[in-house]
Amino acid sequence: MTEPLLKIDNLHVSFSTRRGVVEAVRGVTLSVQEGEVLGLVGESGSGKSVTGFATTRLLDAAGRVTAGKILFRGQDVTKLSSDDLRHLRGAAMSMIFQNPRSALNPIRAVGQQIADAILTHKRMSKEAAHAEALELLRAVQIRDPERRMAAYPHELSGGMCQRVMIAIAISCNPALLIADEPTTGLDVTTQKVVMDLLAAIASARGMATILITHDLGLAARYCRRIVVMEQGRLVEEAAPRTLFNAPRHPYTKRLVAASPTASSRIEDLVPEEERGYVAIGDRPKPPPAPGTPPLLEVRKLAKRFDQGAAAVAEFSMTMAAGESVGLVGESGSGKSTTSRMICRLIDPSEGDIVFDGQSIGHVPARDFHRSPFRKDIQMVFQDPNESLNPRFTAFDCIAHPLMRLAGLRGGDALRQRVEECAQRVGLPADLLPRFPHQLSGGQKARVGIARAIACRPRLLVLDEPTAALDVSVQAVVLQLLDRLRREDDLALLFVSHDLNVVRMICGRTIVLRNGAIVEQGESRALFDNPKSDYTRELVAAIPNIEIETRRAAAAL
Amino acid sequence: MTSTTLRHSIWILRGNPLTGVAATGVLLLILVAIFGPWIVPYDPIASNVQEALLPPSAAHIAGTDQLGRDVFSRLIVAARLDLAIAVSAVSISFVLGAVIGSFCGYAGGRLDRTVGRFVDVMMAFPLFVLAMAMVAALGNRVENIVIATAVINLPFYIRFARAEVNVRRNLGWVEAARACGESHISVVLRFLLPNILPAMAVQMSLNLGWAILNAAGLSFIGLGVKPPTPEWGIMVAEGARFISTGRWWLVAFPGLALMLAVLCFNLLGDGMRDILDPRMRT
Repeated sequence: MTEPLLKIDNLHVSFSTRRGVVEAVRGVTLSVQEGEVLGLVGESGSGKSVTGFATTRLLDAAGRVTAGKILFRGQDVTKLSSDDLRHLRGAAMSMIFQNPRSALNPIRAVGQQIADAILTHKRMSKEAAHAEALELLRAVQIRDPERRMAAYPHELSGGMCQRVMIAIAISCNPALLIADEPTTGLDVTTQKVVMDLLAAIASARGMATILITHDLGLAARYCRRIVVMEQGRLVEEAAPRTLFNAPRHPYTKRLVAASPTASSRIEDLVPEEERGYVAIGDRPKPPPAPGTPPLLEVRKLAKRFDQGAAAVAEFSMTMAAGESVGLVGESGSGKSTTSRMICRLIDPSEGDIVFDGQSIGHVPARDFHRSPFRKDIQMVFQDPNESLNPRFTAFDCIAHPLMRLAGLRGGDALRQRVEECAQRVGLPADLLPRFPHQLSGGQKARVGIARAIACRPRLLVLDEPTAALDVSVQAVVLQLLDRLRREDDLALLFVSHDLNVVRMICGRTIVLRNGAIVEQGESRALFDNPKSDYTRELVAAIPNIEIETRRAAAAL
Repeated sequence: MTSTTLRHSIWILRGNPLTGVAATGVLLLILVAIFGPWIVPYDPIASNVQEALLPPSAAHIAGTDQLGRDVFSRLIVAARLDLAIAVSAVSISFVLGAVIGSFCGYAGGRLDRTVGRFVDVMMAFPLFVLAMAMVAALGNRVENIVIATAVINLPFYIRFARAEVNVRRNLGWVEAARACGESHISVVLRFLLPNILPAMAVQMSLNLGWAILNAAGLSFIGLGVKPPTPEWGIMVAEGARFISTGRWWLVAFPGLALMLAVLCFNLLGDGMRDILDPRMRT
């Protein structure tokens, strides 16, 4: 075999923080051949991004390579002078960052930014660079490239910004492209288009690619070889098929099990002994007596913001107690607006919401805090990092609704209820005095759920509750929600863009696009046999481990 | 919480020892303001013509003025008045500005636009001239200096609070508070305001120095505090008449006192910003 393009040998990276030195990468050895696509997979804190940054020597000031070698074409990157590095970066290896919007200069037209990248490494006239930039925009298949040359990043969508980033990254035909979570934060359909493009460009130009991602399905779809990292160490390296069908390392096994697929069941996500709570035997739910009114009935709900077009129009649905309904759609589809109207945090422009036989749609949102139904409709918010008051301890957060809505005034009764809630969501009681910044993402998510269920609501609206979580944490949270649904006969309205998750947890699914319902029905039927083109497109865009491995097998 | 904050503060102070020095300076200033009248070596008001215009010496470490009053004693006693004016003015603008700004930032819409334009109009005036006009119109009294200083500071606090609340109003925990049964008003007063307090405290500390300068400036041009009350601005104004004859100490020491006080507050504000910046906490 020929000498690999990139060879990382026993790499160690440490960060000095005020709590002392933290080892982010502890002995990573890997290699990338010319033209190969390697997937670097791991959860947050696994050191996958740090490895990428170390390779381009873009570590921030606190980080240091303490041991090991990074050989790029036989040259040790860790020992290069800053002058040599400048020639290397962009020209021989380049990087695509996670958030394209913040990686582009907001006050410079994108065409100029691409031309700047070209001029840094090639001697040519401004006009020639401009022409080449236009060529690159064509290569990344931006619609109307001549006009986009003069556009500023804020005028472009997230997907288009990422195309511009790709154009910059490939501008000097580097031999190695490092893509750090290139599609996180993009809609699934955009994600697919951008990744397809990236893969096509890399293979057409013979660039080796390192795809850093937390999404196993994504890595399976686009990589020939996957490396799994955990806590700074490389735990397994294999072809996608081997990795998913026969993972060897226990961590990989857990990760593969926790990644939802089209056929996974919620029970399989986490092994029993690791669930962190005591299952209270499952009572089978009697079917609702015929003629029982639905718990929630939404009739022709519409929302128009100040002048613009309707954000939501003609939205109708019903939900029974103990039912879980998924609300899916891409960003801008109106799913968040709808969920907030149902939660009575904002007022609908038209239509009505009937809860338990009573109309609540006409109670203004500003007065709804006095409604007796306030405690019955609760919400779990998207990002657990932002959904807890930074000045409240976990205890205060959970106690808040109990004091406001259940009339508890403190003392032992309150403490008991809070501890009971914490126990139900699997939050250890000794974490209760902590402030949000002292908790992990998963723990914060549990506090958010404990707060929402504290008053025993009958309808829980969940706005992308697991979007910001690692898959293994997501698995635990999903199981928890499903258990609460069964135990309390709680109705769940699950807003999400992750179709695999929705398929698993929701009996019924509603697909929204541009504020209108495109399709709805029983989840499994809807996903297996989509009726509308839009749903079909959504379903096709989800990277799915099983399908991907089957596809890889067929290709071989 | 308290112990981690303390540890964090110590960590910041180690990297930025000036903050410690500034905090000590501010503390000293407060002590002097409280106990000044009891620790001065001479009566700051009583004149003694035999000892007029003496240069600094062991007996009078900052010299004496044209009426033979001890400059050092006057400086010490003046600290209370200057600090009192600054602190009360800043407190008024802080309380009003935080409340008005928070509601504007949270509500948005017409209220926000109306108040915003009003603030713009106020900031379009040369602020010192506005303060002068207010003191002249309201009457030449210390209370009116406080009011004038508070009013010209108000726009900054409104804007600051508005911006701080505006970035937070759509966060999950604010919506969560409403889902927990809080009204809009209590969300602003009991949830958003406490969260912007640390940032506002930094603003206050930076602003205190400026308020001291402003009060001294008004006295310097003859508004507000009247002689013979010891006050740094007046002392500079009176001393300025003698500077051409080489009696530098009449201006230099009150000027130095002003400069040190303002510097301490500014450095403390900078240091506090570092301590309270959550991004510095890992």
